[in-house]
Formats: sequence, structure tokens, C-alpha cells
Amino acid sequence: MSEDHHDHKPTGIGRWLFSTNHKDIGTMYLWFSFIMLFIGGGMAMIIRAELYQPGMQLVEPDFFNQMTTLHGLIMVFGVIMPAFVGFANWLVPMMIGAPDMALPRMNNMSFWILPFAFGTLISTLFMEGSAPNFGWTFYAPLSTTYGPASTDYFIFGVHLMGISSIMGSINVIVTILNMRAPGMTLMKMPIFVWTWLITAFLLIAVMPVLAGVVTMMLTDRNFGTSFFEASGGGDPVMFQHVFWFFGHPEVYIMILPSFGIISQIIPTFARKKLFGYSSMVYATASIAILSFIVWAHHMYTVGMPLAGELFFMLATMLIAVPTGVKVFNWTATMWKGSLTFETPMLFSVAFIILFTIGGFSGLMMSITPIDFQYHDTYFIVAHFHYVLVTGALFAIFAGAYYWLPKWTGNMYDETLGKVHFWISLVSVNVLFFPMHFLGLAGMPRRIPDYALQFTDFNQMASIGAFVFGGIQLLFLFIVIKCIRGGEKATDRVWEGAEGLEFEQLPSPAPFHSFTDAPQVK
Amino acid sequence: MSTNDGYYIPEPSKWPIIASLTLFVTVFGAVNTIHGTSIGMPILMIGLISVLAMMYGWFSTVVAESPSYNGQVDVSFRMGMMWFILSEVMFFAAFFGALFYARVLVMPWLGGAGNNAMTHEVLWPAFEAVWPVLANPDNAKFVAPKEAMGAWGLPAINTLLLLTSSVTLTIAHHALRKGERSKLNLWMIVTLVLGVSFLVLQVMEYVHAYGEMGLTLASGIYGSTFFMLTGFHGFHVTIGGIMIAVMLVRCLKGHFTADNHFAFEAAAWYWHFVDVVWLGLFIFVYIL
Ligand code: HEM
Ligand SMILES: [Cu+2]
Repeated sequence: MSEDHHDHKPTGIGRWLFSTNHKDIGTMYLWFSFIMLFIGGGMAMIIRAELYQPGMQLVEPDFFNQMTTLHGLIMVFGVIMPAFVGFANWLVPMMIGAPDMALPRMNNMSFWILPFAFGTLISTLFMEGSAPNFGWTFYAPLSTTYGPASTDYFIFGVHLMGISSIMGSINVIVTILNMRAPGMTLMKMPIFVWTWLITAFLLIAVMPVLAGVVTMMLTDRNFGTSFFEASGGGDPVMFQHVFWFFGHPEVYIMILPSFGIISQIIPTFARKKLFGYSSMVYATASIAILSFIVWAHHMYTVGMPLAGELFFMLATMLIAVPTGVKVFNWTATMWKGSLTFETPMLFSVAFIILFTIGGFSGLMMSITPIDFQYHDTYFIVAHFHYVLVTGALFAIFAGAYYWLPKWTGNMYDETLGKVHFWISLVSVNVLFFPMHFLGLAGMPRRIPDYALQFTDFNQMASIGAFVFGGIQLLFLFIVIKCIRGGEKATDRVWEGAEGLEFEQLPSPAPFHSFTDAPQVK
Repeated sequence: MSTNDGYYIPEPSKWPIIASLTLFVTVFGAVNTIHGTSIGMPILMIGLISVLAMMYGWFSTVVAESPSYNGQVDVSFRMGMMWFILSEVMFFAAFFGALFYARVLVMPWLGGAGNNAMTHEVLWPAFEAVWPVLANPDNAKFVAPKEAMGAWGLPAINTLLLLTSSVTLTIAHHALRKGERSKLNLWMIVTLVLGVSFLVLQVMEYVHAYGEMGLTLASGIYGSTFFMLTGFHGFHVTIGGIMIAVMLVRCLKGHFTADNHFAFEAAAWYWHFVDVVWLGLFIFVYIL
């Protein structure tokens, strides 16, 4: 048994390679995600550079397709998901009063699979033929009959990512269910812990389905099966069903932890308790359950019986109800609070407004006949970037600013943080808002060239993109600066902060969070 | 055993990163094998062997450490295993889903039901929507099997074998709990023999399918779903069988006590899960 674990850290490279420490593993997850953000972001810059003008400027169409595909895959699986696992690693044990994650070695394995998986994925760029070029949704038959040889590397890469996510989420669930300090009942857990509990459940339920669908792809491509081949009695549409049965819960996997982060931050800077704690929990759970029965809203135009179209339309609209509950609760938390607007709060408030815009465009597309018009246009590109960039990514920024002082013991540079926020806020809207108009006017997604009348809005979007991409270098600078020094953070860090990590642990938090279980009243 | 007798945190370990590396080598070898490059097979073999060696090493470490684990660690392991089995259930769900979708929706559509009359007429007018599919839409590209796999020969025997093995495993477990070691060892051996017989019969079934029946992976959606479902199940029986074998060896070595034998229970849960999946297969793939 470990008796005197008073911060004796392992040293050297072994500290990271062989780690069993939730903070070190969380740090590795966060840096991995940060590096992937710049790789995936670089690809986005290539896309926007090509789209700055109509006609073909910089890259070949096939390379353009590889960029959209890899950009999507890297951002989804390499940036947003690992960043949230990083947060879970750092925060869950501190928030529930535990010394570490429940299964620390498996924790390390789920991290170290990722560099191999993404190494495999990115190396496809340098392979003969081409990298995967069929979009992040890899629909059959583009990915089966017509996929390049490197698709098989992609398939096994996805398998590795799946293994990593499943192990990671088993760890989170077990930690939450088994490691809570005495007195920390389920309904006393911080909302971030709740959202991760439900996210982990979603991951365990749908990552295996993703593994299944890529396995069917693999055998269709190489071993003569005909799951997605009508001439053999299969159906390419079946691919879309299985994929989206994974895919829709996946989008909630990418947003629920951000709901958690925002629900931690807003009360702190409003200096009020979170409004409607239990309704937040129930809303999160209902979103998760509903997310299993709405998948075919991605498939309205592909051909489905009328009853299917109607069912999926109504079920999708239902999701707006619990989502609305959340937005209402955040707003009500701020109502008559004594608000201050430090950088985490700025990002959180922006999150509420901009995520809601994304929610509304989702609601528009949930209406089947309307989606016939919007489907596969830039409108949907606008939609998912509002929920994922100004939603998930903004929440990650907010969370990083909020907890960095607790993690490092130093305050970040508030002025630079504000600069980062305001420039991001303006540029991200210049980048994505015009895409709504492009989509409504009929510009299709995933094309390297477009008709002349779309030029103006595309140029706006590209300029926004370059500014937004560039300013993230400032974020990198801010983070490094904060790690290396700065004004010392108090233990509570923020005047209004609550929760075990702020009330019972010093800044920076010790290597093993709680060696004796704290009492929770 | 309360959950509060001090925390246990494992020492840093080299196994997780070795595990990641061996997994990577394995998939790298697998892709190269599929692509027919000359290094493929050797790399795949190195990968698989190192995965096994890694698991041996990792589990040995855990077994050696296990006396110092406390009740909380035990609960974590239990929960972890249950959630892992849930993820396996969902993996099979994907393939069952494909089977149901193909049978319930794709077949009638290809046969012209609903608003698909023209598709049927234009593409494959000769296709008839029956399951099992003995004539594919395009029979030149996907050669259909001569007959379908019946349920009441080998598969029924296999059902009996697997169900019995679950019972014998439970008997062994009860023996372990009562400390009757020789009874335990005996019933573990019986369980393992039943499991291995199941696999032997399945291999015979496959040989028969490929040889006489012309039922292959490439014989259309019937063959695809048949072999992927039963194949992945057989693979899981193999894993479960290895677990049972390891548990048998550990029983023979005198490991486990009457009230502390999590590894044994985990293997048993896994075996029962494999059994339940088989029942689903027997009903939906063979009988119906
Ligand atoms: C009020 C809640 C939401 C509704 C009603 C909704 C509805 C929809 C619909 C109907 C589509 C399909 C559009 C089409 O293909 O024609 C769609 C696409 C998409 N949504 Fe949402 N959505 C919601 C929230 C979210 C959230 C929270 C996320 C992620 C964090 C998200 C991510 C996506 C993505 C990534 C796609 C595009 C997938 C692709 O590449 O085709 N959505 N949404
Ligand atoms: Cu969706």
C-alpha cells in the first residue's frame, strides 16, 4: 500500500510513459488534443484558402477531399474527445474526493493508444494512392468500392480509437460509481461529473457499433461480403443507419461534457448556486436517451418510408426540450447574480448564445421537408460548427482558463485571455455566420470550387478563418506562459468558486488529489 | 470489506505502453497481410505473439499484486468487467442490427415492395425476396449458396454443448465457494472440454458450408451475416475458452480462495455472455 505518497513524483521520461497518475495522464490528453487542434486546424486553413476564390487555386480536388475528411476525423476524434477525457482525468477525482482514477493503468493505456491511432491516420497522407477522401462520415460505397487502399489503415485506426475510448469511459464510469468520498451522493455530484457519467455510458454503448460498422466495411472491401452492396442483397443505406446510430450519440458525446463545464463556470461568476440542479441532471439523461432514437435525421433525403421520416422528425424536435431546459437554467443562474466577466465567464456566455444559434439551425433542419433543401449544403456546415466550435471548443477554452490556475498554481494573463476571447468571438462569427447564407442559397458542402455568386460570403468566411486560426497561437502562448509562472493563484482561485477542488485542495493540486477521503456534508 | 480502508494506487507500470505498441504492431501487420505485402504476415505474427506475451506479463503482475488489493479495488474490477461486457453486447448488436435490417427491410425493397417497383423492374427483375437468400440479385458477382444452413443438426448439438458448459461452470463455481477443490478442478475440465468441442463442431460446420453447400463469406447477404455473426461469436468463444483454460491452470495451482476469486468470476461472466449471444444466434440465424 502506498503510505507516504506526499508528492514523490516519478521523474524523467518514465513519469509520462509509465504513468498511473490521473493528473499526468490528463495533461498528456490535453496536450495531445492541443497538437491535434493545430494539425486539424492547418487542414482547415488549406480548405479555406482554396475556397477563397471560385475556380481551382491551390490544391487538386482529390487532395481537397482528403483535407475535409482528415480535418473532420481529427477534430472529432483527436481534438474534442481527447480534450474532454483530459478534463475528466484532471477533474473527476478532485471533484468527487478520490485519490486517482479507479483503474490507473488502463487509463494510461487508453491514452497511449491515441498517438498510434492518429499516427496511422495521418500517415495515410503519405501513402500511395491517396488518404481517405470520402468525408468524415465515410459513406459506402465511397469508402468501400471506391475507397483508396489507405482506407484499410483508416479502418484499423478507428478500431484503435474505439478501444481507447471504451477503456477511457469504463474508467470514468467506474471512478464515479466506486470512488466517491463518503457523503458524496449521486445528487450531490458536480454537474460536470454527472455529464461525464452519462457521456461515458453513451461511449460504451456506441463506440462498439462504430467498430462493427468499420468491420463490415473491411470485409466488404477485402473478403467479399455484401453488407453495403445491393447486388449481393445488402444495402448502402444500411451503412448510413449503422453509422448514424453511432454518429448521433457521438455528437452528444462531444457536447455533454461542455454542458458540464459551463454549468460549473456560470455559478462561480454569477456568485449564485446553479439554478435547477436536478432538472439539469434529468435534462442530461433525457438528451442521452433521446439521442438513440433520432439518428435518421441525417438521412431524410436518402430514402426512408414516410413513417420513418415522421418519427425521426418528431423525435429530433423533442431533443430541443431538454436542451432548452439547460439554456434556461444557465440564464436563470445569471439572473440577478453579481456577475463579473473574467475570461472563462466570457467564453461561457458566448457559449450559451452561440450554441443556441447552432441548436436553432438544428431545429430548422429537423423539419424533414425543410431539410430536403438544406441537406448537404453549407447550412449544415454552419450548424455543426456553431455547436462544435462555438459550443464544444469554446467550452474547452472556458474550462482551460477556469481550471489552469488550479492545475498550475499560477494565474493566466487576464489581459491576453480577454484579447484571445474577443478576437476569437468576432472572427468565429465572420467565419461561420455567412455559411448559413451560402447554404440557404444552395452552395453544396465538400466541394473545392463554386459558382461565382457565392464569392463574397466565401471570402468573408476565409478571412474569418485565418484570423480565428491565427489567434489560437495566442492561446498556446497564454497556456505556456501560465505554466511557467505568473501571479500565484489562491486556493479558491475564484471568489465564487465552489466544489472540493477549490475548497479542499491547494493550488496547484497535489500529485495524488486526496490521500484521505474528505467528508462531504 | 468496506470501501474505506485506505486507498490503493498501483505503481507506475510499463505494461500499458507496451500494450499500445503491441496492438499497433498487430493492426499494422493485419493491414499489410490484407494488402498482400511480403512483410505482412511476419509482422502480424510478431504482433499477435507480443499481445499474448504482454497479456501474460500484465496479468501476472496483477496476480502477484492482488494480495495487497482492497475491497474498493475489487469493486472497481467487477464494475469494469461488467461495463466491458456491455460494450461487447453492443458490438454484437451492430451485426444483429444489420441482419434484421437486411431481412426485414432490404429484402422486400429489393423485391419491389413499397415504392420500389421500378428499382426492382429496372435493376434485378428476377430477384425474389425470400430469406435465406438462395438467389442473389446479381448472381454472377455473388454466387449464392446451394442450400441454407439447417438448425437441427450440428447447431442444435452446439447449443446443447454451450448451455451445458454454462451449467458445469456454475457447478465449478459453487464448488470453489465451498472449498471443494477436486470437484472444482473436475468441473472446470468438463467446461473446457465442452467449449473446445463446440469450437471443433463449428469448424466442421464451416468446412461443410464452404465445401458442400457453397455457403461462403462471399455468397451474398445471407453468407455475410451468417459468417460474421457466427464467426465473431466463435472468436469470442475462443477468447472465453482461453480464459477458462487459464482459470483451470490457476485452480490446479491452488490459486483463489472460497471468497476471493474475482478473476474466476470475471471469466465466468464472460462465458455466460458468450452463451447468451449464442442463443440469439441460434434463434435468429439458424431457426428463423
Ligand atoms: C437542438 C439540437 C440539435 C438538433 C435538432 C440537430 C439537428 C441536426 C440535423 C437534422 C442534422 C442533419 C442535417 C443534414 O444532414 O441535412 C444535423 C447535423 C449535424 N449535427 Fe446537429 N442537431 C442538434 C445539435 C447538435 C449538437 C449538440 C451537435 C454537436 C456537438 C451537432 C452536430 C452535428 C453534426 C456534426 C452534424 C453533421 C453531420 C454530417 O457531417 O453530416 N448537432 N443536426
Ligand atoms: Cu444528429
